Amino acid sequence: MFEIPRMPLAQWVDGLLAWLTSAIAPLTRAFAGFVRGGIDGIVAGLGFLPPVVLMLLIGAAAWWIASRKVAIFSVAGLLFIWNLGLWGPTLSTIALVLVATFISMLIGLPLGILSGLSQSFNKMVTPVLDLMQTMPAFVYLIPAIPFFGLGPVAAAFATVIFSIPPAIRLTSLGIRQIDREMIEASDAFGTTTMQKLVKVQLPLALPTIMAGINQTIMLSLSMVVIAAMIGAGGLGGEVWRAIQRLRAGQGVEAGLAIVIIAMILDRITQNIAVKKEQA
Amino acid sequence: MEQTEERKVKIRIQNLYKVFGRNPQRAVGMLKSGKTKDEILQKSKLAVGVADASFDVYEGETVVVMGLSGSGKSTLIRCVNRLMEPTAGKVIVDDIDVTQLDQDELREVRRRKFGMVFQSFALFPHKTVLQNVEFGLEIQGVDPEVRQAKATESLNQVGLKGWGEYYPANLSGGMKQRVGLARALAVDPDILLMDEAFSALDPLIRTDMQDELIALNERVQKTILFITHDLDEALKMGDRIVLMKDGAIVQVGTPEDILSRPANDYVAKFVENVDITKVLTAADVMKKPTPVAFVKDGPRTALHKMKEAGLSGIFVVRASNWELVGHLTAQRAAAAAKAGERWIDHLTTVDDCATVPLDQPVRTIFPMVSGDPIAVIDDSKILKGVIVRGSVIAALSERGEDEDV
Ligand SMILES: Nc1ncnc2c1ncn2[C@@H]1O[C@H](COP(=O)(O)OP(=O)(O)OP(=O)(O)O)[C@@H](O)[C@H]1O
Ligand SMILES: [Mg+2]
Repeated sequence: MFEIPRMPLAQWVDGLLAWLTSAIAPLTRAFAGFVRGGIDGIVAGLGFLPPVVLMLLIGAAAWWIASRKVAIFSVAGLLFIWNLGLWGPTLSTIALVLVATFISMLIGLPLGILSGLSQSFNKMVTPVLDLMQTMPAFVYLIPAIPFFGLGPVAAAFATVIFSIPPAIRLTSLGIRQIDREMIEASDAFGTTTMQKLVKVQLPLALPTIMAGINQTIMLSLSMVVIAAMIGAGGLGGEVWRAIQRLRAGQGVEAGLAIVIIAMILDRITQNIAVKKEQA
Repeated sequence: MEQTEERKVKIRIQNLYKVFGRNPQRAVGMLKSGKTKDEILQKSKLAVGVADASFDVYEGETVVVMGLSGSGKSTLIRCVNRLMEPTAGKVIVDDIDVTQLDQDELREVRRRKFGMVFQSFALFPHKTVLQNVEFGLEIQGVDPEVRQAKATESLNQVGLKGWGEYYPANLSGGMKQRVGLARALAVDPDILLMDEAFSALDPLIRTDMQDELIALNERVQKTILFITHDLDEALKMGDRIVLMKDGAIVQVGTPEDILSRPANDYVAKFVENVDITKVLTAADVMKKPTPVAFVKDGPRTALHKMKEAGLSGIFVVRASNWELVGHLTAQRAAAAAKAGERWIDHLTTVDDCATVPLDQPVRTIFPMVSGDPIAVIDDSKILKGVIVRGSVIAALSERGEDEDV
């Protein structure tokens, strides 16, 4: 019987990953250090404040940026979470989201600006982003483990990969969709490329960029929950534990907490752009 | 334009071509060999924007580029400051060929020479009105205090005193375009490029803005390249008009030239619908003011002159400079002669005459021409001509108009 030998694809990938792991070790170490430091710092900082003070601070921020309604909802929601005894996991989830979002911005905004300004770069980036967004979320968990092992750093890595596309895409879109006459006006007055970017393109793209940041935060939050499978801890960890022990009630509690955090973050970041517009 | 020889050429556009598409150079040859814009589009997928345009704009002159939609007006004006790269030809501004400049030099020229005003205003929504007006100076690195002072002055000039702290979103269309104009003026450019600057405005506001720009330019004395697709606007604003069709220039001339000597059927069609009475002025329809009576004439001499010319009244002027003194009727002259008066100077005053200035639009003269003749005078009351009912109608029929007057 004639038989086509099976392609050793899995071996290839393993080999590639093993090579990559050692090749980019300095990078992964730096990333790990930054993430660990960031998460620990934020958790320590937030944990240092009495919960009530933190709630009021968040409420005040929500009031200032969004509205009184959002402020009331935030404080009530956080009180509810605190009452359920989920304050600690909530803080570590928020810390992970903030760190991951920060890294996504750090990488995503420059890439987005570049692809907003350069048609050829945009053509290169777009298919990659398409691929990243159609990939099932937990696929990103797999490469995270060989690089970082189980734990929050691997979770942050997977989260960044998963949540970065909207930051790039919407930054690029925001720059591209600026009215042609605006750009002409800027050019006609003799702006340099940098002046045009800083004084005209970025401010005009800001609402769209903020929408991208908002989406990135939301994706981060959803990924942080999935990343509980590889040891992200936090609220996702609570859900994950509840699933494993078949404790539906606990699962629902942690799930509700996640929804509340999602809504607070969403309302607040959504309104930052609007606020800037009216300023 | 009889004085053109002495006037300085500010912008010289020379055999300018702009073609859109890949390898646009190909189309230039095709155009030179007489292919039309449509043929070229069919054969090569190249879109011709401007085809072999040449004309001069003199210092301090307002030249209006006019043509139907798609005729290449916007493309032409954008080639002047190279918001679009010309495919071939030259644009010479103050002896500098703009098409040859590198990016740094081009930026310098844009900063120093040009102010641009856009059809949809193109104000920056994230900046206040004052910050918008400051923009050009900010780009040039001018100190904040200096540029604020200049921008404020520029805002005052366009009648927007006190609006600096508002955002463009709070302003009406007319006000927005005033800001656009102030922004262009703030850098004190030699040249204003205005692409359909008033086309987005309501008709009434638009007329106001036209009047104000004309008045403003009396003071600031800019060279203006003004784009419009509206003939009335072109006739009103332009010292000269450049008429475009399919990217090419069909005629260049004064409003009078364009109206009375259309270069071809296309121009004639364009001009056909203009209400000619809106553009003609008293100077265009007046007759020679002869005969007149002089103040040193006696009543009998005046009567004699009237009788010779078959008139029932006569304008009285100073013999030295033809300054208008009054209008004497035959009746009055006869009475004075009978009473033995020797001079006619005390028999009449200027108040007896209907007078209009040289640039009075004919439209507004119609209601006046029913009775006595009208004296056309210049700024120092010198009699330049007279208008009688017949002369208006004659002037109109000469130009092929058969309006009911
Ligand atoms: N970027 C472009 N790519 C291809 N063709 C273009 C481009 N810009 C202009 N054209 C073509 O060039 C010609 C002249 O266009 P332009 O915008 O200069 O006309 P216009 O006289 O300003 O018209 P309008 O009164 O509508 O503003 C048109 O046929 C147009 O289709
Ligand atoms: Mg146009």
